Amino acid sequence: MKTAEHPDRARAFVADDARAHWHDESLWFVRTKRDKQAHSVPEWERLRELGSQIKRHAISRWPDYLEEFEKNATALGAKVHWAANAEEHNRIVLGILQEAGVEKVTKSKSMLTEEVHLNPHLIRNGIEVTDTDLGERIVQLREETPSHIVLPAIHLKREDVSETFNQHLGTEAGNADPAYLTEAARQHLREKFLGAEASITGVNFLVAETGGFVVCTNEGNADLGTSLPRLHIACTGIEKLVPRAADLAVYLRLLGRSATGQPITTYTSHFHGPRPGGELHIVLVDNGRSDLADDPQFRDILNCIRCGACINTCPVYRRSGGHSYAATVPGPVGSVLNPLHALTPMIAGEDAREGERGDAHGSLPFACSLCGSCTDVCPVKIPLHHQLLALRKTVGDRGLLPWGKRIQMKAASTLLNSPKLFGAVGKIARKALPVLPKMAVYNRLNAWGNGRDLPPAPPKSFKQMWRDELKAESAQPSSNGAGDAPR
Amino acid sequence: MRVGLFIPCYVDQFYPRVGAAAVRVLRRFGGPDLTLEYPEGQVCCGQPMANAGLPHESKPLAETNLRTFAEFDAVVCPSGSCTSMVRNHYGPFLEGQPGFEELKAKTYEFCEFLTDVLKVGSPSGRFPHKVGLHPGCHGLRELRLGSGSERNVEPFDKVKSLLTGLEGLTFSEPARPDECCGFGGTFAVNEEAVSVMMGQDKIADHKQAGTEALVSPDMSCLMHLEGVLRRGGDKQTRVLHVAEVLEEATRET
Repeated sequence: MKTAEHPDRARAFVADDARAHWHDESLWFVRTKRDKQAHSVPEWERLRELGSQIKRHAISRWPDYLEEFEKNATALGAKVHWAANAEEHNRIVLGILQEAGVEKVTKSKSMLTEEVHLNPHLIRNGIEVTDTDLGERIVQLREETPSHIVLPAIHLKREDVSETFNQHLGTEAGNADPAYLTEAARQHLREKFLGAEASITGVNFLVAETGGFVVCTNEGNADLGTSLPRLHIACTGIEKLVPRAADLAVYLRLLGRSATGQPITTYTSHFHGPRPGGELHIVLVDNGRSDLADDPQFRDILNCIRCGACINTCPVYRRSGGHSYAATVPGPVGSVLNPLHALTPMIAGEDAREGERGDAHGSLPFACSLCGSCTDVCPVKIPLHHQLLALRKTVGDRGLLPWGKRIQMKAASTLLNSPKLFGAVGKIARKALPVLPKMAVYNRLNAWGNGRDLPPAPPKSFKQMWRDELKAESAQPSSNGAGDAPR
Repeated sequence: MRVGLFIPCYVDQFYPRVGAAAVRVLRRFGGPDLTLEYPEGQVCCGQPMANAGLPHESKPLAETNLRTFAEFDAVVCPSGSCTSMVRNHYGPFLEGQPGFEELKAKTYEFCEFLTDVLKVGSPSGRFPHKVGLHPGCHGLRELRLGSGSERNVEPFDKVKSLLTGLEGLTFSEPARPDECCGFGGTFAVNEEAVSVMMGQDKIADHKQAGTEALVSPDMSCLMHLEGVLRRGGDKQTRVLHVAEVLEEATRET
C-alpha cells in the first residue's frame, strides 16, 4: 500500500541518529536566521498579507495578465511559448536547442525543469546539460535528485562532497576543505560556462506590466550562464506572474528573508528582452496549474514563491530528509503539490519517477503532525497545514487508504460516539493493562510502545470521579480568596 | 453562567486527575455565578477519524456534541486541540445546523476561558518548581493562545500569564520553545520513528534547560512526552496539565 511509503523512508533516515540530528540542526539554523530577519521588519505581517493578496488577484485574472505579459515580452523581442504539460514543455525546449544546433547547455536552478524532468529528456537526445548551482551540480554528479528546493545538497556533508569531487573532478582524496572544494567546483563550472552554447534558467517572477522577469540566485550562476552564449531559454510555471513591477518590492523583501535569512538574494537579475544580438525564449508552463486555480480549497498553493521556509521549519522534514518524500518538492509544500499533481490527469510525462502518477504520494499528507508552523512562516500565507488535512480527506475519498485503516476508523467512530460503550471498553482496558504481562502490551503490534511507555491506567475514569465525588464537591476557596462563595 | 465541561476522551480514561483539577480551578475562580456541569452524553471531538482522512466518520460525533452542549452558556475544554476541532473544523459537518454558530462562539479552551472570560489575571499562589512550558501546537497556532515564534506580532502568552504570579515558580528556557513535540494524533503511530525522535528531542531540550515540571495546556502532547520520559528512565520530572499546576498552587492550605 502506497500510504506506508514515507514512514518507511523516514524510519531509515532516523536510524542514523547522528546524521538525522545534524540534518535537523542545519535546517533549524536556517529557520532561526529567517526568524531574525522576519522580526527585524516591523511591517512583516503586512508584507505577508500583501504577498498573499497580490498573488490571489493575479491568479484570479490569469488570462488577462498572461496575455499582457506575452504582448509586452514579445515587444521586447522575446519569443513566448505556451506548454500545457511536461511533454509539451520538454518538446519545445528540445526544439529550440536543436534548431540552434546546440549540443552543450548550462542550467541554473529551476524547480520547474525538475518538475517536468527536462534533464533526462535532453540528455537522451544527445544534449549535455550541466547544472550550475553548486548544490545542484553536486547532486547531478552523484546522480541524485535535490533534497530541498533552495538547498539541493543539504543532505550531504562536506566529506560526501569531497568524495564526489574526488571521483568526478579529480580532487585530492580526503581533502574536505570547503575553500578547496569550492575552488575546484568553480574551475570545473568555468569550463562548462565557457563551452556552453545556450543557457536555461528558471524564473522567480514574471512581470505582466513590463514583459520582463526576475531571476534570484546567491551564486551568480544564472548571470554567468546567460552572459556568455547568445541563446537564453527561461522556463517557468505560470504562477510566477505578478501584475506590476512595483509588486517586486513586496516579494523580493519576502523571498530572501524567508529562504535563507538574507535581506535580499545576492543576485537579483532583471531580464527585459534578449541581449543585443541574442535570442530569448520564455516557456510558460501550465502542467495542472489552471486546474488548481479552479479549486477554492487548494488554489492558494499557487501563491508559492518557492522560498522553502515551510521546509526548513517542518519538524518532520528536518528529521526525515528530502529524499523521504520521493518527489521534486519535499516538505509541507511538496506534500500538498505532489499528491495534487498526481491526482490530476496531467503529470510529469514519460520521465516521471516510479510512482509519480495516480495514487502516488498518498502518504505525504500524513507525513505531518499538523503543527501549523509551516502556515505561520509562509510569506504568502498559504494555509499549508489545513490543505494537508483536506488532502487526507481527498486520499480517503479516492479509496486510497488501506482497508485496515478504514475498518479501524469506522469501529472507532461507533465506539467513540457511544458514551456507554466507550466507558465499558475503557474500563476493561484500564483494568487489564496493569496486570497484563509486558510482552502482551509492548510488542511489534503496538507502534506506540516502541519508544514510549503507555499512559497510566487509573482506577477510575473522569466520568466515574464526577459521579462519585466531583459533582457534589463545593468550591474550595483559593489561598488568594478567588471564588470565595461556596455553593 | 452554566458551563458545560468538555473532557477529552483520553483524559476521561487516562488522566481523570486533570479533569478533576479543571473542575476545582473553575469553581475556585468562577465564583457563585458559575455553575459547572459535566454532561454525560458528550463524546470524543472526532479528531482521530478526521485526521486519518475519514472525516465522515467524525460527523456523528460532532452532531452528538452539538446536541449535548446546546443548553450551556459556555463549553470549557482542557485541550487546545479538541477545542480547535470544534471551533475550526466542525464546519463541514454542522454548517447551517441550528446552534452551530453559538457552539463555535461559546467553546473555550481552559486557559483562555480563565484569561478572557473569567479574567483571572495572574493568580497568586505557590508553586516552587522550575516549569518548562510546552504550548501545544493547536492551542498556539489554531487558537492563538500565544504569539508564537514565527510571526512578527506583539508577544503574548495566555498560558504563561496564568502562572507568572505564582510564588517560587521559575520558567526554564528551552532552545526551541514552541517546536512540535511529535504527538500529532494518529501521526504518533503512522510515523512512529519521526514522532519518537521529535519527542526525544523535546525532552532533551527541556533537560538541558533544567525543566523540573513539564507543563502544557494539552495532555495529549504530555501523554506522548511522558511516555518518552519514562521510557528513558526518568521518574523524577513531573508532567502536569496547567490546570493541575493552578489547582495545586492556589489550593488553600
